[in-house]
Amino acid sequence: MIDIIKVGMADLNTTYCPGVLTTLGLGSCVGICLYDVSTKISGLVHIMLPSSLQIKNNSNEAKFADTGIVKLMEVMIKMGANRRKLISKIAGGAQMFNFNDSSEIMRIGMRNIAATKETLKKLNIPLVSEDTGGNYGRTIELYSETGILLVKTIGYGTKQI
Amino acid sequence: MGISIEELNSMQIDVLKEIGNIGAGNAATALSKMISKRIDMDVPKVNILEFKNVPELVGGPETEVVGIYFKVNGDIGGSIMVIIDKKSARKLTNLLMDRNSEEDDLDEMDLSALQEVGNILSGSYLSSLSTLTNLNLTVSVPSLAVDMAGAIISVPVILFGQVGDKVMLIETYFSEGTYHVKSNFFLIPHEDSFEILLKSLGVF
Repeated sequence: MIDIIKVGMADLNTTYCPGVLTTLGLGSCVGICLYDVSTKISGLVHIMLPSSLQIKNNSNEAKFADTGIVKLMEVMIKMGANRRKLISKIAGGAQMFNFNDSSEIMRIGMRNIAATKETLKKLNIPLVSEDTGGNYGRTIELYSETGILLVKTIGYGTKQI
Repeated sequence: MGISIEELNSMQIDVLKEIGNIGAGNAATALSKMISKRIDMDVPKVNILEFKNVPELVGGPETEVVGIYFKVNGDIGGSIMVIIDKKSARKLTNLLMDRNSEEDDLDEMDLSALQEVGNILSGSYLSSLSTLTNLNLTVSVPSLAVDMAGAIISVPVILFGQVGDKVMLIETYFSEGTYHVKSNFFLIPHEDSFEILLKSLGVF
């Protein structure tokens, strides 16, 4: 029986092979998976907001794209992951509700995706695949055995990326 | 900088609870007029919760729910979100359209009826808020989505997330005869609006 480790909103977790990491019901949030292809050490962070710099209350690092990814990488390196063997896969960043005047707040999904990509680029972690945007929720599962990321939806099918 | 939910004292929370109570009472009256039947309501529960515990309240993050979202404008800015689980949504549409559908999926008619319910709920809540505070408040047309609870809830949670790590949720049970409908109502004032709101209620 393989452990399935749940990662909540604004939270992160990691596992050694053959653990499975999951986060349920991603909306405008983004789920970022880091995977070390050599040791198969895997990590998942569920971020809610793009930047810790724009917010007063920013003590929870896993809440923001900029600090969450860095924190996840640090934890994985402590576990023995090889920094240069890390790859990433991301999912989420949907716009759940539509309004004619798309204010900043309604486009939070897109901003989360942009901030995530920027942080990954800064850290030199290649982004190998993504399933982002749209207007629907996603549940994701990261299999450390293979590095496969399974994306499940209601009404939009299931896919592996 | 605005204050966040976790900084509220017990008196401020009580005042917000009371507004929830009055608003839900008005909503029950409005619904009851609309369908010409008596609607009972339990005293609403006001919960202040951590983000990660919110989806559990509506049956877990993967449960399919209906979310109805409104923007609030006027003297304060903010958003209102009503979340109804799919089972309750079906009961509500049956009640409103006086029929007995057991169909799992909601059609266009159902969705538009639910938008109307959302309108009534948020309108009632806002008008009691406006009366009590003397603030001028208007509410936008609703936007509706049916999807995983986690994904829907992420929207109000992100809005709250800009100022803190907790959310305020008003849970109300409506019933008519054997029908019981649970609705979850989030009021999310924008950053500085909380302060204006509490000030005009005389508790800041």
